[in-house]
Amino acid sequence: MTSQATKIESAYAHYLSARLEDKGDPAWVARLRESAFDRFEQLGFPTVDEEEWKYTNVAVIAKTDFEAPPPANINLNQESIERVAYPESSGSRLVFVNGIYAPELSATQALPAGVVVMDFSAALADADYAGRIREHLGRIADYNENAFTALNTALFTGGGFVYVPRNVQVEAPIHLMFLADSSQAVVATFPRVLVMLERDAAATVIESYESIAGDKVYWTDPVVELFVDENARLTLYKIQREGARAFHVANTGAHLMRSAFFDCTTINLGAQLARHNVVVTMDHEGAECWIDGLYIVGEGQHTDTHSVIDHASPHCVSHQTYKGILDGKSRAVFNGKVFVRRDARLTDAKQTNKNLILSR
Amino acid sequence: MLEIRNLSATIDNKPILRGISLTVNKGEVHAIMGPNGSGKSTLAKVLAGHPAYEVTSGEVLFEGMNLLELEPDERARAGVFLAFQYPVEVPGVSNAQFLRLAYNEKRKHLGEEELDPLEFKDLLNERAKIVEMEPALMSRSVNEGFSGGEKKRNEILQMAVLDPKLAVLDETDSGLDIDALRIVSEGVNKLATSENAIILVTHYQRLLNYIVPDFVHVLYQGRIVRSGGKELALQLEEKGYDWLKDAQPQEAEMLATAGAPAAGN
Repeated sequence: MTSQATKIESAYAHYLSARLEDKGDPAWVARLRESAFDRFEQLGFPTVDEEEWKYTNVAVIAKTDFEAPPPANINLNQESIERVAYPESSGSRLVFVNGIYAPELSATQALPAGVVVMDFSAALADADYAGRIREHLGRIADYNENAFTALNTALFTGGGFVYVPRNVQVEAPIHLMFLADSSQAVVATFPRVLVMLERDAAATVIESYESIAGDKVYWTDPVVELFVDENARLTLYKIQREGARAFHVANTGAHLMRSAFFDCTTINLGAQLARHNVVVTMDHEGAECWIDGLYIVGEGQHTDTHSVIDHASPHCVSHQTYKGILDGKSRAVFNGKVFVRRDARLTDAKQTNKNLILSR
Repeated sequence: MLEIRNLSATIDNKPILRGISLTVNKGEVHAIMGPNGSGKSTLAKVLAGHPAYEVTSGEVLFEGMNLLELEPDERARAGVFLAFQYPVEVPGVSNAQFLRLAYNEKRKHLGEEELDPLEFKDLLNERAKIVEMEPALMSRSVNEGFSGGEKKRNEILQMAVLDPKLAVLDETDSGLDIDALRIVSEGVNKLATSENAIILVTHYQRLLNYIVPDFVHVLYQGRIVRSGGKELALQLEEKGYDWLKDAQPQEAEMLATAGAPAAGN
């Protein structure tokens, strides 16, 4: 059993070699990748024996032989992404195909001066931004306890870097559009997102995942890290509309500073197997978060949400509302944990999960 | 209107305020700023009469009365109002009822006739416009299920209804989005008159873009280390608090006591 697992896991080693050859990365990123990959090899893919994965069996992901995405060669133009685009974001949008940035489909002209929205790899290659990224990359979404986060940290290719400076309010929603093209190969992609809001800043970010071509099995393993500084306000929408045969395992981590505000709404519609972990850390006074979600699943679909809200400081507020609609032979899991640490006086935490089951 | 002389206070024997002197005249808006843990909120709570804090020295005169000798409810009736940093939810008590009882307590104290629910409703609807509050929020329980911004607006609504002589706003701006900040600030500006005074406790200079203070005081380690005009807030925004930490508290206190704006540098 172990040898089988080891064989599959080491299949990702050649991805790592390819990443490490990328000269655009600063040296510390290479070290981070190696260390995360070590951790991934130690952890291995989780099994249903582990409490956190009791109801979600990812053996099918572990057993599939995924390929590195080939360069997207399908002809995409503005019209072809119209169906999945939002007009409000026509000037504040980054598009990625199989995890690789597609500049010809992206536009950022609607953003105020000083706001940075760019491809993650390009941001890492830029000394101005690499320093800021280093402060948070891999620190908000912990890769030590989660094989999927570890694998993403080792192998990420591109994604969104969003930086909003002090006092700046971004009106247009920033749309990070992750498109999957599984017409060529059985691909695995590892998008990475880091959003940093400085003090008193405000922004709305949409991360969407959809299939635009092909009906093969594919796997998306995104990791999203969010840093919301004092008194800043972040609204995040995560829209998951992957293809019918896709696997989607996402990790979202948010770190809220004093009086920060974070409103997160996830919509889960696609994929045959979807898992979303969302971890919110509130270790400064007065932070507030609203973590809401909707999942609608039909025949053959499995969706799983695990949330962790960590109240580590007094006077923090969290509200969670998750609703689900299940049809056909489908399964949904909601597991929400709220930690109230010592000294986190006057914590206000609410959690609701309601489900509508249409079939029997 | 308010005279604080050499006020020191502790919580659980831990000194928080270490000799604060401040004079606030009617018609004035004072901003109290400072880093985390500098004692800003403590000062606000001591003025309102929070029982957890012990005043160890100094005195506070409010309209010639010894404020520290009064119970919190007596202070409220006398015209002192505190907008909470973290407003509490009071399930089972409707917002309208809560406000009416508080308002009538104050009228009784002034020897005026109490308003019945219908009369009060007219007054409430008119005051609610100041903070652009939905009438639906009046029939709901106090702050229950309110967003952070709605809770803060509700604090200013209480201020609008109770019409205090001295309003102390404890970080009313924290956690507000830009629209809520504008509504709250405009509300406060509408309520400020030549007959009342406002102390704004704030962590962020941003609020002072909307409410222009006459004086800005910086608290550090329980002392006022610098007082000045509104330009001081801009300097703080630019330079942070570090440059003030070495300031001489004595000098600053003298300026604060005199109630004169220090020359900004």
